[in-house]
Amino acid sequence: MSVPSSGALETSLQPDQTEGGGPPIDETRIASRWSVVFARFRRKRLAMFGLVVVVLLFLLAFIGPYLTSWEYTDHDFNAFLQGPSTSHYFGTTQTGGDVFALTMRGMQKSLIIGILVALFSTGMAALVGAFAGYFGGWVDRSLMWFVDLLLVLPSFLIIAILSPTFKGKTWLVFVVLLAAFLWMVTARIVRGMTISLANREYVLAARFMGVPAPRIIFRHILPNISSLLIVDATINVSAAIIGETSLSFFGFGVQPPDVSLGTLIADGTGSATTYAWLFAFPAGLLVLIVLAVNLVGDGLRDALDPTSGL
Amino acid sequence: MTEPILAVRGLKVTFPGSAGDVRAVRGVDYELRPGEVLGIVGESGSGKSASALAVTGLLPQYAQVEGSVLLDGKEIVGQDDEAMTKIRGKRIAVVFQDPLSALTPVYTIGDQISEAIRIHNDVSKEAARKRTVELLKLVGIPNAADRANAFPHEFSGGMRQRVMIAMSIANDPDVIIADEPTTALDVTIQAQVLELLRKAREVTGAAIVMITHDLSVIAGFADRVAVMYAGRIVETGTVDEVFYSPRMPYTMGLLGAIPRADETGDRPLVPIEGTPPSLLNLPPGCPFAARCPLVFDTCREVEPALIAVGSPGHQSACHLAEKIEAGGWGPTDVFPLPELAEAAVARIPREEREVVLEAKDLVRHYPLLKGAVFKRQVGAVQAVDGISFDVRDGETLGLVGESGCGKSTTLLEVLELAAPQAGRIVVLGRDTAELSASDRRALRRDVNIVFQDPMASLDPRMPVSDILAEPMRAHGLGAKEIATRVRELLRLVGLNPEHAARYPQQFSGGQRQRIGIARALALEPELLVLDEPVSALDVSIQAGVINLLEDLRARLGLSYLFVAHDLAVVRHIADRIAVMYLGKIVEIGDVTLVYERASHPYTQALLSAIPLPDPHKERARRRILLEGDLPSPADPPSGCRFRTRCPKFAALDEERRRRCLEEEPPLYGLNGADHAAACHYAAVVKVV
Amino acid sequence: MAKFLLRRTANYVILVAVATSAAFMLASVSLKPRANFEGRNPPPPEAVVDARLTELNMNDKTPVLTRYKNWVSGVVHGDFGKTIDGNSVNAELARRVGVSLRLLLIATIIGGLLGVLAGAWGAIRQYQFSDHAVTMLSFVILSTPVFVLAVALEIAAVGVNNAVGTKVFEYTGEFTPGLQGGFWTHAGDRIQHLILPSLTLILGEIAIFSRYQRSAMLDVLGQDFVRTAQAKGLRRRTALMKHALRTALIPAVTYFAFNFGILIVGATFTEKIFGWHGMGEWLVDSVTRNDINAVAAVTCFAAVMILLAGLAADIAYAILDPRIRVS
Repeated sequence: MSVPSSGALETSLQPDQTEGGGPPIDETRIASRWSVVFARFRRKRLAMFGLVVVVLLFLLAFIGPYLTSWEYTDHDFNAFLQGPSTSHYFGTTQTGGDVFALTMRGMQKSLIIGILVALFSTGMAALVGAFAGYFGGWVDRSLMWFVDLLLVLPSFLIIAILSPTFKGKTWLVFVVLLAAFLWMVTARIVRGMTISLANREYVLAARFMGVPAPRIIFRHILPNISSLLIVDATINVSAAIIGETSLSFFGFGVQPPDVSLGTLIADGTGSATTYAWLFAFPAGLLVLIVLAVNLVGDGLRDALDPTSGL
Repeated sequence: MTEPILAVRGLKVTFPGSAGDVRAVRGVDYELRPGEVLGIVGESGSGKSASALAVTGLLPQYAQVEGSVLLDGKEIVGQDDEAMTKIRGKRIAVVFQDPLSALTPVYTIGDQISEAIRIHNDVSKEAARKRTVELLKLVGIPNAADRANAFPHEFSGGMRQRVMIAMSIANDPDVIIADEPTTALDVTIQAQVLELLRKAREVTGAAIVMITHDLSVIAGFADRVAVMYAGRIVETGTVDEVFYSPRMPYTMGLLGAIPRADETGDRPLVPIEGTPPSLLNLPPGCPFAARCPLVFDTCREVEPALIAVGSPGHQSACHLAEKIEAGGWGPTDVFPLPELAEAAVARIPREEREVVLEAKDLVRHYPLLKGAVFKRQVGAVQAVDGISFDVRDGETLGLVGESGCGKSTTLLEVLELAAPQAGRIVVLGRDTAELSASDRRALRRDVNIVFQDPMASLDPRMPVSDILAEPMRAHGLGAKEIATRVRELLRLVGLNPEHAARYPQQFSGGQRQRIGIARALALEPELLVLDEPVSALDVSIQAGVINLLEDLRARLGLSYLFVAHDLAVVRHIADRIAVMYLGKIVEIGDVTLVYERASHPYTQALLSAIPLPDPHKERARRRILLEGDLPSPADPPSGCRFRTRCPKFAALDEERRRRCLEEEPPLYGLNGADHAAACHYAAVVKVV
Repeated sequence: MAKFLLRRTANYVILVAVATSAAFMLASVSLKPRANFEGRNPPPPEAVVDARLTELNMNDKTPVLTRYKNWVSGVVHGDFGKTIDGNSVNAELARRVGVSLRLLLIATIIGGLLGVLAGAWGAIRQYQFSDHAVTMLSFVILSTPVFVLAVALEIAAVGVNNAVGTKVFEYTGEFTPGLQGGFWTHAGDRIQHLILPSLTLILGEIAIFSRYQRSAMLDVLGQDFVRTAQAKGLRRRTALMKHALRTALIPAVTYFAFNFGILIVGATFTEKIFGWHGMGEWLVDSVTRNDINAVAAVTCFAAVMILLAGLAADIAYAILDPRIRVS
């Protein structure tokens, strides 16, 4: 027996249990898995900070617009390029647009795109990776060749090339494209984990019992890599947000008249040194969002990993 | 009386944790005389490893260590890292359990041993290198000068452990602490390593602290024994005293629970009910009280101290120690023996029983891939290379062998229920090569498997009721029927049906294994395949599960194909045994005949390597030690595969050797009985 | 062995071919080079535009497949065609690769080294202040998109320049065109221009490598062989440096090899913002300027680099990890 680490001991030692007909065991003290995970997450201060910030920013993005009387499409002809004031919290643009309203709108866009992309790409990665890893053979080879192809294509370039085609169409196309280029690395990791899980005894037991393969994948394999998928989804949110803002910055993503943090930052970059508020607010909030999401993702990874010493 | 080289008094080790402090070691005292071997025995959670590591100061930094450890009179508890680095590797050396993870993968073993030398001695690189090669020769590594440039993963487990021992004796230590040094090794390799440790003791004059869970290993190796339970020593004395006159119920239970390779399997094993207590919240009184058949009120209130009983030096921590001494009680007096059912079919002679499983010339090769970037096939691993056996209704066939012999591969081949690469498998009268997909699915109801690792064989995300229901759902049983059957199954294996909603982690190892057995029985199979079902369990739990398996076999009319490397367990539970080596069966037959009249040199070496929990017998035994390592299964020797390590081959003359070199021996029948051995020159040698 | 190498190389070639062809097709369908000409003032007559476009193999009136065939026949001979300005794509490629390399080489080496050290140090002092500091800084940098970081640095540079009075930091282009002077004047000028973009990249590299290395180190720190090294009598710090770090370097070096390959087109934002005319900038410009042949060439280059990067990582891993080397 090896010397246990402080964290591992909690889960491995259980209250005294007798075999067969013994006195009943105290049920109330046995915690469910998710509350254990959340308790560990709570202990990490940075992670909690990140979570609080994410929630606050979400609220800000969706409730914020109600805090001001200006809409993001409005133009205040009495106030061009004014600094932050009580009527325009973040100042105004060259055309009198309210930077606060614009930034809120941009945040909404970026957040929604981020979450949708993360969900699609993680889902895609889970399916492709698990099926490739479980079945092996030609299924694996063809799926992985496809993954390799997508990895080889420079995503930025391809999306940039395609952006003129969805000018004027809904930004959902953009979401799909972004998701299409984010899932590959995770798919490989899922595949690797599936291959190692496929030889785990409980999977073999299910196979030898006659449980059909898709059932095994959905009931045994995917739930057991859910920690990986959750962490990956969280990281994908931040990657998606950065991807979207980068593309929008160069004019390839969200198109006017719609705004995103990327377009706002692009507009503000030219005047960054003279009219700082045009750049600072969208850029600062962007960094804050991504930072908070990354902290949450990192905290989740530590909380889900039983050997991390929390 | 010489002064002890190591004196431990009141050693306590506590691990603080967010859920509370775990008191892993709660006051341990022992003394070690120069050149003596002290065996510290305990199951998981007993604190044996923690107490030994505390002596070296190698516990994690958050561990709290109290008490006193005197090395040759000097206190070492509480010394800082700087002072301890002068002691470690020079006066106290450690041999760890898993040599693969204990050696740095990126440095050659020569470098690692030289490093050990140069830390404590101001010598040049060349001098250290010379000494390294000497040490490697001493521990029996062939081609020492060349092999010193190899990396750890290029060695087998046994060789790596030799390297670890070489590293530990490099600086002539006073004390060697061996933490489960042979647990991860095969039986014949274990015998080699134990022999080597004896040699190390002779060469350096060091005292050895041997930590293990295996009482049998202690019987032949140690001078004194300390039995640990729940963080304290509960019995200590000389080996003879503790093994022949145990005076603490836990020790007695352990001794009664061990299956012995020199006994027939008629007597059921002595199980100890319950599980070790949690070290987080230890109840007052004796920690063994919840499981002890002799328990009375005082036991639950006052924790017994170690008191002298019987001969001087023999101590036991039990309130009833003197009573036990006075009455001369043994394990079977204290622990009730369970009643095991007798199978009806056992009365029919074997030849007349139905054939449940038959394998004929079964072959399974795996492609061998080489290279990191560009993988290519360079050969085939001949995991199973033509074996034949059969299992009849109501009988247990034990398939034994060491790692790499192909026994697990055989199991998996049988379970695939598909046409094998060569040969034939017939399950319940159906040839697997002729099965359609639906036939196969139907047949899966009749054949099922119990795995080795109780942790990995149950999906941690599913509650037990779902785990048990899964096979039934896969074959279309209705929900109501399933619910009833789940409760029935839990009762069948001795578990409380009320606990069906719990998750596997909430059960102990032994209970999880019972759940695995229940799952295998869900569809009322005829044949159960068991892959080392008890080797991952503690000894006291093992006995209960073995008894359960025997009982179920008799009551439900099952047949077992039982794979194991623990030959003592196999003798107990199997009716017939097949010994495998490098993909072939070298001896097969009735279990009593094979054990008592072992005829193949490999079987003889295997059986002679099994330690017995009997000090007198152990000391008197002559061990047949095998040389070297298992040959690569991708490139097996010509003719008889065992000839490269066979002691008989080494003693033969040129002419007779040729036959072993050229002609692969078939299974020769012996004396017309149910016994065959694949050796041209088979002869009986009594080894147990 | 040779057969396998051949098969693997063939697979790579096919992947690159498919990827590049896909890019060419997509670009031909999606981009409008004609718009470049029509936007001029006065707009040239259509026949002239057509002739010019056909010469460049970018005429949208020619069927896509024909254009593809023309392009392929050029590529097979090593010629990627002409840019929308009429220059040779090959020449442009060579020039720009040089520019990118000059920027990246220094930045990645310094950034990688510093990042590995920072990560290792953070792992050894886990949960102490220095670890937290490094972690937080890395997180903030990793959360900042490169273009934000670049602009922020630019703002800071302007501030410094104003405070000091002279242009200490140059932030446009690789060098000052038309500068007079000897070798040292030119060298000094280039260094002045190099600082900010390098710093942008270096910060990013440090952040990512330190996270990576920290996690690799933490994995290794708990391993048994560190305990064995201590049991032999090594001090904890020595055991960590000699045994743990060396083992943990394996993933770091493989990642470094991989990273370098990726970065050659990945420094897009940095190049664009600081005005360096390298591959990254071309990535964006080729699209905004509707330069189809350039798009195809950049894709091909990027694809080849990605594959080479993966190969380099595999080889590095095979060299460094003896467990893989000898099967």
